[in-house]
Amino acid sequence: MADPDQSDIGGEPKLRFRNDEPHEEPAVTLDSFLGQSNATAVRLESDEDARALLPHIDRLALVEVAFPKFRDGRGYSAGRILREAGYTGELRAQGDVLVDQIPLMLRCGFDSFAPEASVDAKTLAEALSRYTAVYQKAADARRPVWALRHG
Amino acid sequence: MYKYDEYDQAIVDARVEEFRDQVRRRLAGEISEDQFKPLRLMNGLYLQLHAYMLRVAIPYGTLNATQMRMLAHVARKYDKGYGHFTTRQNIQYNWIKLDEAPDILAELATVEMHAIQTSGNCIRNISSDQFAGAAADEVEDPRPWAELLRQWSTFHPEFTYLPRKFKIAVIGAEEDRAAVKLHDIGLQLHRNDAGEVGFRVFVGGGMGRTPMVAPVIRDFLPKADFLSYMEACLRVYNRYGRRDNIYKARIKILVHEIGAAEYARQVEEEWAHVKTLGLDAPAAEFERIAAFFAPPAFETGLSDTIDRSDPDFAVWLDQNVSAHKAPGYAVVTISLKPTGGIPGDATADQIDLMADLAERYSLDELRITHAQNVVLPHVRKADLYAVWQALDASGLAAPNLDLIGDIIACPGLDYCALANARSIPLAQKISQRFAATQHDLGELKLKISGCINACGHHHAGHIGILGVDRKGVENYQLLLGGSAAEDASLGRITGPGFDEDGVVDAIERAVDTYRSLRTEGERFLDTYRRVGMAPFKEAIYG
Ligand code: SF4
Repeated sequence: MADPDQSDIGGEPKLRFRNDEPHEEPAVTLDSFLGQSNATAVRLESDEDARALLPHIDRLALVEVAFPKFRDGRGYSAGRILREAGYTGELRAQGDVLVDQIPLMLRCGFDSFAPEASVDAKTLAEALSRYTAVYQKAADARRPVWALRHG
Repeated sequence: MYKYDEYDQAIVDARVEEFRDQVRRRLAGEISEDQFKPLRLMNGLYLQLHAYMLRVAIPYGTLNATQMRMLAHVARKYDKGYGHFTTRQNIQYNWIKLDEAPDILAELATVEMHAIQTSGNCIRNISSDQFAGAAADEVEDPRPWAELLRQWSTFHPEFTYLPRKFKIAVIGAEEDRAAVKLHDIGLQLHRNDAGEVGFRVFVGGGMGRTPMVAPVIRDFLPKADFLSYMEACLRVYNRYGRRDNIYKARIKILVHEIGAAEYARQVEEEWAHVKTLGLDAPAAEFERIAAFFAPPAFETGLSDTIDRSDPDFAVWLDQNVSAHKAPGYAVVTISLKPTGGIPGDATADQIDLMADLAERYSLDELRITHAQNVVLPHVRKADLYAVWQALDASGLAAPNLDLIGDIIACPGLDYCALANARSIPLAQKISQRFAATQHDLGELKLKISGCINACGHHHAGHIGILGVDRKGVENYQLLLGGSAAEDASLGRITGPGFDEDGVVDAIERAVDTYRSLRTEGERFLDTYRRVGMAPFKEAIYG
C-alpha cells in the first residue's frame, strides 16, 4: 500500500493514496453533472444512487462521496459499485470520516480522504497495518483468507 | 468443532491489540466517550446502569470444555462469579471494569474466542440450531455454513455501518429451534424436488417494537452461490434501509414497506451483478470447514435401554432429554431455570461442572440455546443417570425444558439502561407459582422483556410479558399466542396491563382457562389458536 500523501493541497484531500496529480476541477452535484456533458468531477450525497454515474464513468476523474455522519454507511456500497463497474479515477470519502473507518473504506475502493476532523497520523498508520489478513474479497487488491488457504 | 488456523488467530489477536489501544486512548483522555462509544460497541462492551457489560460471542452456540472453562475463569476473575447466557447464544458479564476489558479479550483469544461484532450496527454473531449435528430430524449440519458466514461477516468492509444491527440464523432441520423467521435473515437447509440440498431464505423477521415474521424471499438457493447472495441481500439493505428513524431502520421495515416480492426482485438484480465478482469462497474452503464438523466417532453397538427406576431421574429424562441421530446416544438439555432462579445465569462453578461433564460424557462439546439453556449434545444413554446425578448435585437438574418454568427473560431494569420494568424478579415469581403444576401444563413457552426492544422475545412467547412504564410505575402487558418455532406467530395483547403480582395472577387465570378447555394432546398454544382470545380475556378480566 502506498504511503498516504499528507500534504494539504488546497484544504483537501487531506489523505491521498494515489500517485497521480490531484484533479483540478471542482466536484459538481449529481444533478448538474448529469446535465453537463463535459464535467469530470462529481459529488455524490449519501442518498444518491452511484449507479446513475455508470454510463459516464469514462469521462470521470473524481467522485467525492459524502459521509454526513460516521454511522451512515451507504457510501461504502457506493464506492464498491463504482469500482466494480471499472471506475479507476479518484474516489474520495468526505465528511464524518473516522480514523478507524479508513481501512474499511480503502477496501471499498476509496483512495482519497477528506475527513472533517483531523486524523492522527500515528493512529492511522497503526490502523492500516494492523490486520494482515482479511476474510472477504472486496474492491481492493487484498486476497481473502480463503484464497490464501487454497493457494 | 472448528479450529482456528494461523489466519483466524491473527485476526482475533489483532482485534485484541486494536481494542487495547482504543481503551488506552480513552483512559488517557485522547478520545472522548462519544468517540469511544462506537469503538467499544463494536467489541461488545456496553455501559449499563451500574458497570460495563461485556458480551462474548459463542459462534452458533457451539463450544468445547476448554472454552467453557475460560468462561468460568472470566466470571471468577473479572466479574462477580457468574455469567448470563443470552437469547442469542452468547454470554454476558455484567460487572466489568473498563481497564480490564482488553485483558479479558486477550484471555479469550487464547481459546479461540472473541467479542467481535456482538453489538453495533453490523452483522452480529451467527446463531444456529443447538441440536446441530445431533438432531434426529436434520437434513444437514448447518454449522459449517454458519462458520463460513462468521468469517465472511467479520470486519466486512461494506457492511459494518448498516442502518441497524443485523442478525442471521442458519438451521438444517424441519423443526425450527433457532427462531429463524424472527431474524433479519433466516436460512434453512432443505432438500428440493431434485434431491439437492440448498437454502430457503427468509428475510425481514424480527421483534422489537414492530415485530414481523419473515417472508420467504427465495425458496431454493444453491450452496455454491451462498455468499454472493448474502452480499446482494445486505447491499440492498445497506443502500435502501431507512436511516431517518432508528425504530424503522431494521431490514424488516424495508421489506415490509416495499414488499417481499419487490425486495426479492432487487436482490436478484443485485445478485446477477455480484455473482460475477468472484466473491464466493471455493468449494474447497467449504469442505475444509465442514471437515471440522464431521460427525464424531460415535460408538456402535450401544444399548438404548435406560434404567428409569429413580423417579426423579425419570421425570428429568422425559422432559430434558431429546432424540439423537446415533443409536445409543441422547441429547441432554441442562436447564438454567431452577425454580425461583434467574433465567440464563450460571455460576463459575456450574460452568466448570458443565465443562467437566462435556469432556467426560459429551465428546467435548457443549451448546448454548436461544432459550438460555446449555446442551450436552452427544451423551451415551448409559451415562444419562450419572450425568443427571452430577447436575442434580449442582442445582442444574431442573426438569422443565419447554415448560412454563423454562422462562426466557431479558436482564430488565436490574441491569439494563433502557429498561422500563424489571424482568428477573417477575420471572422468579412466575417460576415459583407454577413449579408444582408445570408438568401438567405441558409445553408452554413464557417470555419476558423489560421494554419494547423485546430482547426477551415476548412477541414470540405462547405467553409473553412486556414491561412498560405507566406514569413512572412498572406495569406489565400480557400477550398470548406467539411462537418462535416453525409455526411462527406473533402474540396479541390481552388488554390493560397489570402490576407485578397482578400479572402472575392473570397468567394463572389464563392457564386455568387452558386446562378447562384443552382437548387431548393440545398444548396451551393449540388451545389458544383453536378457541381464540375471548375465553382467555374473559377469565383474565371478567
Ligand atoms: S428488552 Fe429492553 S429492558 Fe430488556 S434487555 Fe432489551 S433493552 Fe433492556
